[in-house]
Amino acid sequence: MDIGYFLELLINGALTGLMYSLVALGIVLIYKSSGVPNLAQGAMVMISAYLIWVGVSLAGLPMIVALALAVVGMFLFGLLAERLLLRKMVGQPIIMIVMLTLGLEIFLRGLGPGLLGAAPKSLDLGIDLMPIIIGEVFINRAYLVGAVVAVVMIVLSLLFFRTRLGTKLRAVSDDHVSSWSVGISVERAIGISWGLAGASAVAAGALWGSVQGVDWTLSMLLFPAVAVVILGGLDSIYGVLVAGLIVGILGSVIPGYVDPIVGGGTRDVVTSLIILLTIIFRPHGMFGREDIERV
Amino acid sequence: MFYRLSGVHHTRYETARRIWPVPADRRMVYLVLALAVAAPLYMSDLYLTSYMLPWLIWSAAALSLTLLMGIAGQLHFGFAAVMAIGAYTSIHLTRAGVPLELALIGAGLVAAGIGCIFGAAALRVKGLYLVMATLAMQYLVDWTIINVPAISGGAQATLSTPSVTFLFVPLRGDTALYYGALLWAVIVTMLVLNIKRTSFGRALVAIRDKDFAAAVIGVNPFKYKLLAFFTSSFLGGVSGAVLAFCYYQAVTPEQFGFNVSIQLVAMVLVGGLGSVIGAYLGAGFVLLMPIVLTNVVAYMAIAGWLSVSSNLLAHIPLMVYGGLIVGFILFEPLGLAKIYDNVRKYFLVWPFRHTQS
Repeated sequence: MDIGYFLELLINGALTGLMYSLVALGIVLIYKSSGVPNLAQGAMVMISAYLIWVGVSLAGLPMIVALALAVVGMFLFGLLAERLLLRKMVGQPIIMIVMLTLGLEIFLRGLGPGLLGAAPKSLDLGIDLMPIIIGEVFINRAYLVGAVVAVVMIVLSLLFFRTRLGTKLRAVSDDHVSSWSVGISVERAIGISWGLAGASAVAAGALWGSVQGVDWTLSMLLFPAVAVVILGGLDSIYGVLVAGLIVGILGSVIPGYVDPIVGGGTRDVVTSLIILLTIIFRPHGMFGREDIERV
Repeated sequence: MFYRLSGVHHTRYETARRIWPVPADRRMVYLVLALAVAAPLYMSDLYLTSYMLPWLIWSAAALSLTLLMGIAGQLHFGFAAVMAIGAYTSIHLTRAGVPLELALIGAGLVAAGIGCIFGAAALRVKGLYLVMATLAMQYLVDWTIINVPAISGGAQATLSTPSVTFLFVPLRGDTALYYGALLWAVIVTMLVLNIKRTSFGRALVAIRDKDFAAAVIGVNPFKYKLLAFFTSSFLGGVSGAVLAFCYYQAVTPEQFGFNVSIQLVAMVLVGGLGSVIGAYLGAGFVLLMPIVLTNVVAYMAIAGWLSVSSNLLAHIPLMVYGGLIVGFILFEPLGLAKIYDNVRKYFLVWPFRHTQS
């Protein structure tokens, strides 16, 4: 067994996994506060990548301004999505909510490429394309930057939950009615969590857009992100970090050895198996809170 | 004239328990059936094969799914995989020389067997987790079909259906294919309508409403959840086989991908969960609405009222489809079946609205 090959798969897998957790962070933020599984997060990542591309390439803004504008735009988008769509769904069965977010995902997947053209667009963050070479291991710089940003974002959101607003969000995630009774505006808290998910989608959109180009395939990130969220626990931010690493490493190392034998596509199989096994053996994930059903 | 409930007094249980207790409904069903049977006489081949035929088969598939999602309350986001299993099984069986009648049953049984594995997840989790589990299984089935050459005939291969006869009629030509699809749609419809009024159907409804409560009153959730998956997957498998033989005639794995699963769920939801007529309306709406609206926009663009780039035009079906799902869930969560029901109730007693039952 070639140790260099293994290490390369391991390290690049871990870095990709951390970038998956950047996508997954948005899902967790929303689920934690409102119990809504946001399956439109993949499309939100795609839309924010398009926004950045519009800012940089069409409007000719510097990257940092385009990023800031995209963050503002996606924050507003999140607020609007919550206000116009999800608020009406309170108390509806879960299938309605799942399909609503999926419908939103499909709609956005048509809207972005429809308005801006379906051909992939490149997004240059100014990251050097030369890989870092340590011994025999090649490390992709874009993935490294992505992983660092992901860790920073996750740590920031952990710190955010220590602030006054974050404490309110934690209260809301515990119990809606009790939060109301102590004067926390549950609607606003959920709206803010959607806005934050939109903002985290911008980070994911910028990094993934620079790695694989901006087109509709960015919304396919939903699937690994869902695996990360399920494995880590739907309402755990630590979980996103750990599960991102696991999903990324397994999704890189196993295909690295098995793909040549069975002829490709094992990454989706690994992701599916992670989802399936987690649900069968520990539905609430590694760090999630166990659902207690009252009869 | 329109007071169609007049004179309808059920004095015996048998009449009250009929599938369509109101004679006016019954007459309408006969009329629709007659129109459907006579369709080859008055429809052009194009409409028959590219609109009616897929509509009927997708309705049958949506009906099988609504049995599971609407009546038994088990969410299933991998139904296209079940249909794929049915389609591939039937093709391989007929290629091996098994007559189509038996191959269809075999396809149903294999799909039902594997569908029960999907159901095994339902025994442990429900709601969102069941959605994710079935979704993951969809990917696994897709991958298996694509990567096992014995099933798909090699990667990127299409597997064409052999020419077959069904009940001594060669399944060739538009009319024969159409009648095959119609026959299957009628069978599934009658089956689901009858399941809804048997003890089996009522047990499923009890499971849907609260499985613990159902267990307390003596409905075994283990048994009935698996039975629901078995029945629905059987019907879905045969629908997949009918789809392969009557419509596609050459199947590839992409025809049964994840997006198709979402489309099936959308049909069920847009039509109305658990409603039989809703499955027909939903399938028609989800299949036809994007095409119709794109044609309208294209027509307006040609007439010069709108300027639409060809790229945007290509993405309009996707946007309409997504918007349709969002719109129905927001404004009419009970779907087209509820709209139909409102209209029907209005006209049932029209013009004497005060007598509304």
